[in-house]
Amino acid sequence: MVFFFQKWYRLTGRIPHNRKDMAVDTFQYTPKINLEFAIGEKDFFMAGESASRVKKTLQQLGMKQEIIKRISIIIYEAAMNVAIHGSQGMLRVFITPEEIMIETEDTGGGIPDVDLAMKEGYSTATHEIREMGFGAGMGLPNIKQCSDELKIDTKVGVGTLLQATVYFTDNKGKTSR
Amino acid sequence: MMTLREIQTHLDAEILCGEDQLDREVCGAFACDLISEMLASASSHVLLITSLTNAHVVHTAEVIDALGVIFVGGRRPAEDVIEIVKKNSKIPLLTTKCQMFDCCGLLFSKVVQADRKDPP
Repeated sequence: MVFFFQKWYRLTGRIPHNRKDMAVDTFQYTPKINLEFAIGEKDFFMAGESASRVKKTLQQLGMKQEIIKRISIIIYEAAMNVAIHGSQGMLRVFITPEEIMIETEDTGGGIPDVDLAMKEGYSTATHEIREMGFGAGMGLPNIKQCSDELKIDTKVGVGTLLQATVYFTDNKGKTSR
Repeated sequence: MMTLREIQTHLDAEILCGEDQLDREVCGAFACDLISEMLASASSHVLLITSLTNAHVVHTAEVIDALGVIFVGGRRPAEDVIEIVKKNSKIPLLTTKCQMFDCCGLLFSKVVQADRKDPP
């Protein structure tokens, strides 16, 4: 795993912002990669772009194709949800040697009934969104299917925090690295 | 199995970008106009056939590792969408005048013909 982060450091020459106080040597033994994207209201382009960019990073780290695809799908769907329903939001990706956590936080209208939103085919997206090929009511079910753990914390009128985790290790995850 | 170049000839399709990668072998296709459906059901390394031409299709194609995208009904994406592909993934993009049903039917019949001639 140390190799994994040495490679990251060699490729990017960057230390994640929360590790800047540490020397490079220390960083290589306390591995953590954080990526952050701001997604504005109806910023559909950024949603797609963030998925492509994280995917590229994971490919450079040498991860398995199958797990990269699962992670990219989670990021794409979650980021699109923020762009469609959340008025302002952040997408954060935390990578450690054991797992990857994808977090989206928005200040949108919240989800009144999470169980209903998890149902395939249920959607509150507008006609305009559906014309773009989204709003089929498959976003959250898709995210759930691709992640090992999914937490949704939502409050109507305040916003939604979504955390999806994918494990790299055999015993917990659906696929290993 | 068919190469993208053969598919391009069968459909009389225009190449929008990625001409250098037309020798890729295609072993499956997925025709659909719903992004979520593509993300949920399409397997990796397939050919996407769609009538959507926005930037999301291109991003989706990247996410699911599509081998190429065919736009049906003579539709073509805007120049900036093509630029995204040229910059990032270099996935071949083709556009054909065939409608969705004709495009899928034609390709399917070609696959069946090829299988008959040369059984697997």
